[in-house]
Amino acid sequence: MESLLVLVPLAAAMGSFLAPGRGIASWGFLTSLAIPALAAGTAMDVYQHGARRISLGGWAEPLGIHLHMDGLSVIFLIMTALVGALISIYSAFFFKRDTARHFWPLWLLMWAALNSLFMVSDIFNAYVVLELVTICAAALAVLSGKTESLQAGLRYLMVAMAGSLAFLLGVGFLYAETGMLDMFMLSWELQGGPVAAAAFGLMTTGLVMKSALLPFHFWLPPAHGEAPAPVSALLSALVIKGSFFLLLRLWVGVFEPAGITSHAAYVLGCLGVLAVLWGSYQALIQPRLKLIIAYSSVAQVGYLFLMFPLLCTVPEAPWAEKAWAGGTYQAISHGLAKAALFLAAGNLILSTGTDRIHYMKNIASRLPMTTFTLGLAGISLMGLPPSGGFVAKWMFMQAILESGQWWWAVAPVLGGLLTAGYVFRILGYAFLLAEKEPRMLPVPFVLEKIPLILALCSILIGFRAEEIIFLLQEHMLWAIEVEGDS
Amino acid sequence: MNLNFWLPLLVLCSSLFAGLIIFMLDESRSRLRTALNLFAAAFKVVAVHYMAYRLLVHGEMHQVGFSMGLGFEFLIKVDFLSLMFLALSSNLWLVTTLYAVGYLEGSPNRSRFFGFFSLCVTASTGIAMAGNLITFFIFYEFLTLTTYPLVVHRETRQALEAGRNYLWYTIGGGSVLFVGIVWLHVLAGPFNFTDTGVLEALDPAHYSTLVIIFALLIAGLGVKAALVPLHGWLPVAMVAPAPVSALLHAVAVVKAGAFGIVRVVFDVYDREFAAGLGLLEPLAIVAAVTIIFGSVRALMQTDLKKRLAYSTVSQVSYITLGAAILAPFSTVAAIVHLVHQGIMKITLFFCAGNIAETLGLHSVRDMGGVGRRMPVTAICFTVAAFGMIGVPPVAGFVSKWYLGLGGMDAGLEWVVGIMVLSSMLNAAYFLPVVKTIWFKHAQKKWRTKHSGRFEAPLTLLLPALATASMSLLAGLWAGWTWSPLGIAEQIAAGMGALP
Amino acid sequence: MHGFYIYAITAILLFCLGLWGLAFHRNLLRKIVALNVMAGGVFLFFISIANPDQSGEVDPVPQAMVLTGIVVAISLTAFALCLARRIHEKTGQNELDTSCSIEDGDG
Repeated sequence: MESLLVLVPLAAAMGSFLAPGRGIASWGFLTSLAIPALAAGTAMDVYQHGARRISLGGWAEPLGIHLHMDGLSVIFLIMTALVGALISIYSAFFFKRDTARHFWPLWLLMWAALNSLFMVSDIFNAYVVLELVTICAAALAVLSGKTESLQAGLRYLMVAMAGSLAFLLGVGFLYAETGMLDMFMLSWELQGGPVAAAAFGLMTTGLVMKSALLPFHFWLPPAHGEAPAPVSALLSALVIKGSFFLLLRLWVGVFEPAGITSHAAYVLGCLGVLAVLWGSYQALIQPRLKLIIAYSSVAQVGYLFLMFPLLCTVPEAPWAEKAWAGGTYQAISHGLAKAALFLAAGNLILSTGTDRIHYMKNIASRLPMTTFTLGLAGISLMGLPPSGGFVAKWMFMQAILESGQWWWAVAPVLGGLLTAGYVFRILGYAFLLAEKEPRMLPVPFVLEKIPLILALCSILIGFRAEEIIFLLQEHMLWAIEVEGDS
Repeated sequence: MNLNFWLPLLVLCSSLFAGLIIFMLDESRSRLRTALNLFAAAFKVVAVHYMAYRLLVHGEMHQVGFSMGLGFEFLIKVDFLSLMFLALSSNLWLVTTLYAVGYLEGSPNRSRFFGFFSLCVTASTGIAMAGNLITFFIFYEFLTLTTYPLVVHRETRQALEAGRNYLWYTIGGGSVLFVGIVWLHVLAGPFNFTDTGVLEALDPAHYSTLVIIFALLIAGLGVKAALVPLHGWLPVAMVAPAPVSALLHAVAVVKAGAFGIVRVVFDVYDREFAAGLGLLEPLAIVAAVTIIFGSVRALMQTDLKKRLAYSTVSQVSYITLGAAILAPFSTVAAIVHLVHQGIMKITLFFCAGNIAETLGLHSVRDMGGVGRRMPVTAICFTVAAFGMIGVPPVAGFVSKWYLGLGGMDAGLEWVVGIMVLSSMLNAAYFLPVVKTIWFKHAQKKWRTKHSGRFEAPLTLLLPALATASMSLLAGLWAGWTWSPLGIAEQIAAGMGALP
Repeated sequence: MHGFYIYAITAILLFCLGLWGLAFHRNLLRKIVALNVMAGGVFLFFISIANPDQSGEVDPVPQAMVLTGIVVAISLTAFALCLARRIHEKTGQNELDTSCSIEDGDG
């Protein structure tokens, strides 16, 4: 079942590439039916039986390729399945035929790569699938073919490639030091030392570049702001999470046991706080809706990096569970809310032909559904209850205060206020009466409903956290180490 | 799965689902919308009263909760204090809905308005029934979000400005409150309002932290309760339509803040413990300053709605003042004033809205002759204004009397002084209005829109009449066991404050 | 062991050189070449760790990784070149605009 999570979208990608006829979107439909079911099945399995490993093709430990599934990967898989399926349905109605021909193979291939990234257990394979995600993402970003998007896409590609090469060099260092590639064997074997530290630095830098943390965020707003709406949604909701997931897994699984993370964790935490403040500030002053949303991604990704100082500085910290829950919830609810926002922005552009917020007057009465979506997703981003973002903020805040590292509290508190600032800046224009009636086209039914469903999901996950927290608590990746390999 | 479980959920969902369905209704289906609204409101009143009956007579506890894990518990639990606030909000929702239907007839975006209106009531119901601080906070922020579209409903630049102002105040207050609540949880672990002595049992080394947390909580709640200097949003938010102002001032926002302060002082910190930490005296002083400040500012206003807004700033702080004095009578006063202030203030807003809608009058100076043209409205206004001043037998007198008694009991004579001064100020800004309405002649021709059998549309008249009679009855029958005062006394007795 | 260090240090130097080139050259073609220099450095490093003590036994795993890496690098380079050509066709420039457009997005 686990390998099907990769094979199905891969096969569909090939199919849509080879048969780009009238029914190309049906490849996407089929995949969006299959993947959520498969992901749910895998999740149930992990929920009931705990984390597990699968050797593909029956090859044993050092040679074969393994898939590793634990609570964390299952949560990311489900998030990807849900967001991916909804965006696929949206895209089926959004893209015209000539664009769809390019969109579907790329997106389905990227879906396969993302799914395998969340199950990867070997650092070289991680490199390969990460590159696969990158190249698909860059190609999707230039889908519209406009000059701005070409430039943004190329910049993204180059930054991501440099990041990947740094990561690859780090892989080489680790291999030179230990002779191993498997993350979970490395987590026992790796000792501190200059080579390990160099590998740590290189891999961290590479992944941070791809996750658009503060000094490396410059490529994100143009790339996400210029792409077509469903692509922006995919890039913001899923692609960034991919490299963040790998970073988290490496830090907590490999480098933290080796004891080389503590100082760097503070650096990442500081960069995260700065990213929250800077990204939110930039979002406050942008003239275009999609740029606001893109800068908001810079800020929201910053929150995720608060996990590192909370998790990787004190071994066996009593607040670790809360930090885990906070970070995971932040990742999921941001994924859902951001996808909803970009798709709603897409609807707005379809209807009015622009996403400049000065022209957004009075959409509250003319596109009430879209405005409502913007509002709901905004609530989750602000971390106001009841929403997934609130659970994230609550858990983070508790972990922060319990750990005594109170200075991190700046990010959730001030960041929440700034987020409220830009969300209500958008909504404020939405409520303003227009002097003259602007021309507005009706938005198709499905296109209006999909973002609403995404936004509702980001709210609703705030009501039931217990299973997710259970998955994280009982089946975090190191639980498997105690049992030994299966 | 029994009634104890379902009843609170029904109370919550009656307005929630009504709101959600109304959002989906087409703008033109106003009859269906009105029917749905009134049905939901009436249903809620019945459910709340049935719940009250079960709790008061049979002592049944109504409770729903589920855990989110890691000490994050969503808990709805109905105690006496909740019931008090619930009864207030459900009854006033019914009358305000009726009023709003008449007030907004024919204006655009009514689906949106009534949808958010219902959600807003859901939020205040949730605040009333919240069983712990997390649940309280969830509904408290939900209230902020659902009132914003109501404040900016008119979609003018002025309304948006007021909305932005409102948001900055309330969201800022919300984040301060959030920090306070999380900090308290980190110190004391998760606990409910009904658990007693949790904070007292903490290591005394934490007591200084508890003081800081108290300050954070009060600052966060004080924004909505309009404590000086956090009251700035309230007068600006008067641009909202009259039913919204009525709701904001009497039931929802301001009252939610005051209710929160009562909860924090009574159920989270416990009054004796808070007094031991030296927290109550500063709170009482802030409340006293707010009372005087609000009244003085009200004196300076010529616009009737603005005057009423500043009057709210002052009146709501009676509740805080009552909570902050460690004496049985003032506890009773704080709780009973939650209700009394609500019914009196909503009457005043209904009347002001009536006058503005029917005759187009806003300024106090122009209101000569209104008494003859609109006698029923004028009578209602007069009753409520007398109540605010504290003239017996209207409800306001009861609150003030108990507050004064409490001050004497606690040995704080200045409280009595504040009461006297404030009543004089109240008289100074309400009596001129009453005098103008009854004894002056009209100065210019009125812009009359309404022409019917009655002085104003019935939907505008009946709600005002209903709430005015409520304020009169609550004062006249204050001695009855199930009157607001009677229940407030029972609550105080339950807390060990009264014998 | 001596030879290993020569290769490894050269590899790191190449990587740094490429990084410097990527950061400071403005011409797109140069940037792409710089990326390839970086990649070359990484591959050289992998080759050097395959046989650290210059004995006859060579570890095949790093070599396999290098092969995969080269394939990835080639495809990325091809794609980047393709994009650079399109940008040149459209704008006549072979540099990236540093400013971010505020024109209307297109859906």
